[in-house]
Amino acid sequence: MDFLILHDGWLPILSILMILPLAGAFLLFVIPGENFQKYWALGVTILTAAVSLPLYYSFDPTTHNYQFGEHHSWIPALNVNYTLGIDGISLLLVLMTTLLMPLCVLCSWRYITTKVRAFMFCLLLIESTMLGVFMALDFVFFYIVWEATLIPMFFLIGVWGGERKIYASIKFFLYTLAGSVLMLVAIIALYFNTDPHTFSIPLLMGQGYSSIFQKWVFVAFFLAFAIKVPMFPFHTWLPAAHVQAPTAGSVILASVLLKMGTYGFLRFCLPITPAASVTFTPYILWLSVAGILYGGFTALAQSDMKKLIAYSSVGHMGFITLGIFVLNPNGMEGALLQMINHGITTGALFLCVGIIYERTHTRELALNAGVGMYMPVYVTFLAFFSLSSLAFPGTNSFIGEFMILAGGFAKSKLIATCAIPGAILAAAYMLRMLQKVIWGGTENPIHTGLSDLNTREIVTLAPLLLLVFWIGLAPKPFINVMHASVAHLLEQVIGMQTGIAPMANVLLP
Amino acid sequence: MNTFSPFTLSSLSFLGPELVLLSVGILLIVVDLFFENRLLLPWLTAAGTLVSLVLLFNSPSGIVFGYMYVVDAYSVFFKMVCLVGVLFTVLLSERYLTTEKLRHGEYYSLLVFSTVGMMAMVSGGDLIVVYLGLELMALSVYCLVGLLKQDSRSNEASLKYFLMGAFSTGLLLYGISLIYGLTGTTDLSMLSQRVVSLDLINNHAFLVGLGLVLVAFCFKVAAAPFHMWAPDVYEGAPSSITAFMAVAPKAAAFAVLGRVLIMGFADVHIHWGPIIAFLAVLTMAIGNIAAIAQKSLKRMLAYSSIAHAGYALLGILAGNNEGLSATMNYLFIYAFMNMGAFAILILLCDNKRRGEQLDDYRGLAKTNPLVAALMLVFLFSLVGLPPTAGFIGKFYLLVAAIHAGYIVTVVAAMIFSVISAYYYLRVVRYMYFENAVQETAAVSISPGMTAALVLAMIGMIGMATFPGPILSFAGKSLIGF
Repeated sequence: MDFLILHDGWLPILSILMILPLAGAFLLFVIPGENFQKYWALGVTILTAAVSLPLYYSFDPTTHNYQFGEHHSWIPALNVNYTLGIDGISLLLVLMTTLLMPLCVLCSWRYITTKVRAFMFCLLLIESTMLGVFMALDFVFFYIVWEATLIPMFFLIGVWGGERKIYASIKFFLYTLAGSVLMLVAIIALYFNTDPHTFSIPLLMGQGYSSIFQKWVFVAFFLAFAIKVPMFPFHTWLPAAHVQAPTAGSVILASVLLKMGTYGFLRFCLPITPAASVTFTPYILWLSVAGILYGGFTALAQSDMKKLIAYSSVGHMGFITLGIFVLNPNGMEGALLQMINHGITTGALFLCVGIIYERTHTRELALNAGVGMYMPVYVTFLAFFSLSSLAFPGTNSFIGEFMILAGGFAKSKLIATCAIPGAILAAAYMLRMLQKVIWGGTENPIHTGLSDLNTREIVTLAPLLLLVFWIGLAPKPFINVMHASVAHLLEQVIGMQTGIAPMANVLLP
Repeated sequence: MNTFSPFTLSSLSFLGPELVLLSVGILLIVVDLFFENRLLLPWLTAAGTLVSLVLLFNSPSGIVFGYMYVVDAYSVFFKMVCLVGVLFTVLLSERYLTTEKLRHGEYYSLLVFSTVGMMAMVSGGDLIVVYLGLELMALSVYCLVGLLKQDSRSNEASLKYFLMGAFSTGLLLYGISLIYGLTGTTDLSMLSQRVVSLDLINNHAFLVGLGLVLVAFCFKVAAAPFHMWAPDVYEGAPSSITAFMAVAPKAAAFAVLGRVLIMGFADVHIHWGPIIAFLAVLTMAIGNIAAIAQKSLKRMLAYSSIAHAGYALLGILAGNNEGLSATMNYLFIYAFMNMGAFAILILLCDNKRRGEQLDDYRGLAKTNPLVAALMLVFLFSLVGLPPTAGFIGKFYLLVAAIHAGYIVTVVAAMIFSVISAYYYLRVVRYMYFENAVQETAAVSISPGMTAALVLAMIGMIGMATFPGPILSFAGKSLIGF
């Protein structure tokens, strides 16, 4: 267990992070009154965020080992354990999740009017499971929390969603479930192909499996993660889910759930099946480029603001997968940073759409044209987040996309050149939206009497805006924590490819 | 059989649980005759079951009556599953029988007698004992299925089950006689030696005999293509008996399958392995796909129970202790989740509605949030979705089947479990995403029902959070098997 730095304090901080929202969720049932329930959920999420912050300060960026580790036996007969730990790849994702959740509660304050208790229950439950995904180091436990995220999300869309919520929720559920069941088969196959049999994720890395076995495992994993990301041909569940979900659901979906897919590539595909990853790299890169262009063009044609941002997500996630699979430090760190950036920026954009929807009850661009006249503070926020989304210099996404493209050019000039139009498309669709919403004319009668942002809404958006500029102007503190883990990961992938396989190849039984 | 041990009174001490149940069954008939109070019967049965359950874990183990009756940890495990199934059924019946105006006292004694039959099946070390137990169980269940005399569906179900059951019993006897003719014994432990010593592994007549035995038990567990009776019988029977049939007799039949195939005919695994693999896939396919088309929840659960037999076969198919313990574990978990789902179905059955149609579940989350939440847990568990106990059960099965090399079968199982998610989710959708058509009345709860639901929930949560002990219990019971 030398990969795991056991937590030396007397409090198991990662477990606490998972249990806090879970316990908070169940305690909701004894709390009377909708208002009090909202405050309770807000309090629990803020407390979780506060508990997670010390992780950053006690994190040791010089090692690639998993820190704050916890290890307990769970099912001894099958050597299944409860192992938690985070490294430079998961640290920022954990922090992003905990920091976003209070904002999700805040943005639902007025938006959710029915079954408040159940809504907050789902929010807290999904927070707990998402944190579990980023912290799990045992495959069985990982699979459990990975699938468990589906259930609260299914309800968030299906109960509090828009007109076509049933279609969207069931499509979301079945599509993603279908993607991940084969992963379970691959996990069990890995277990039996490793000696001694283990479900421990770090122990499965660098085992030098036979190349045909790696390919099968890779495909099973790829399907699960590509659907989650979603990569280009597997993206059709995303717009439906985003459009129908309530604001908080969209934010969680875009900011965290999609990252679980890219996190899966980094944590599992690359280090466990390095040879297969390298083999499939060209195809994945081209799929990413296709996603970037497809997402961009489709976003350009949308008249629904939420759909526009949903398709822009497909494009942005394409950049992230591109960055991961160029397999060099620039690309990978850029992708990792961009995962955080996309979480902040797209989350904020969905919050903005939710704010306008609460007032005008429509997400149509044409019907929301010209609200800038009445809501100057709102459109200021919207403008900054849009600029961030199109990777304007000075904002967070610029750093991320720049690093990804730098990595891309180092890998292949052709592929990087093909991805460049994606950045231009982003500018086109974002500016088109801004132009309509801010300066779209004043003749829209429904807008008279629109109130600008209230304090709660400003409090919701301000932290995200702060992060946009913080990462955009001083990205060092965010990138520094990744170096050791990314370097180790690349060594696992590339070293595995060119060096000598450390173990005799283990063939399929 | 050189060391024939004659019948002695001391052998009876091995039969403690069975004898208790038998006396309870007879006592029930007497009580039914002389006492007016109907509520006495279920609680007497429940108490008898509990005593039997306690005795089960305190009885000596050994082989008695000249290798006829085996009391080992394996049989104890399955007896536990059967007794848990009966306990649930009794708790569910307490209120249900009043609603259905089913006032027969025989109901409980038949239930108890069929349980004694199952226990004999599970402990049978000889094909003849297995057969006798099977018949005792089946005859009681035929009657139970037809107890709703006024309901033509119930009559049809009973007759259909009886005719098909009699036919499959005929096949079983024919198979046993073929095997006896070739080996000269019906003793299971002797059989496995004779198969090797007489070199019968590729003997055609022997394989036909084995095939016939296999068919008879596949009929009992309702594995496709021998499942045809199941949907109609499950739908027509009183709901409490449907729940019972899906759990206890099925577990007993699996126990025999495990004992016969893995203890008796382990050397013939190359022959029956692929057959079981094919049957498992076919069962999952038919069960899950047909369930999609159902409008009645009861019938849907009937098809789902067919599909679950397919999953449970995955462990048998592995042909080793690992697989068998996975199947045992799965059947135990299945008892809780299936009983839970049926408990909700029965809970919703009152004078105004039957609780059997999917439409009865529209808007349930609004009218009865707690009932809907419980149903939700059972349904997700039936899908096998993490983090429920159903996932743990399925996970072990997959591990065992993959270890045995049946990757394609496992992939098929996974695909069908995604398909199954669709129809289970439809119930969830009706409960949570849709509004009630008409104002539904609040449900009335009874002590038995409360006990059943609490028990099911404890089982669900316990096995989801601490899945280790049951698996190791199942695994340990197979040592020296």
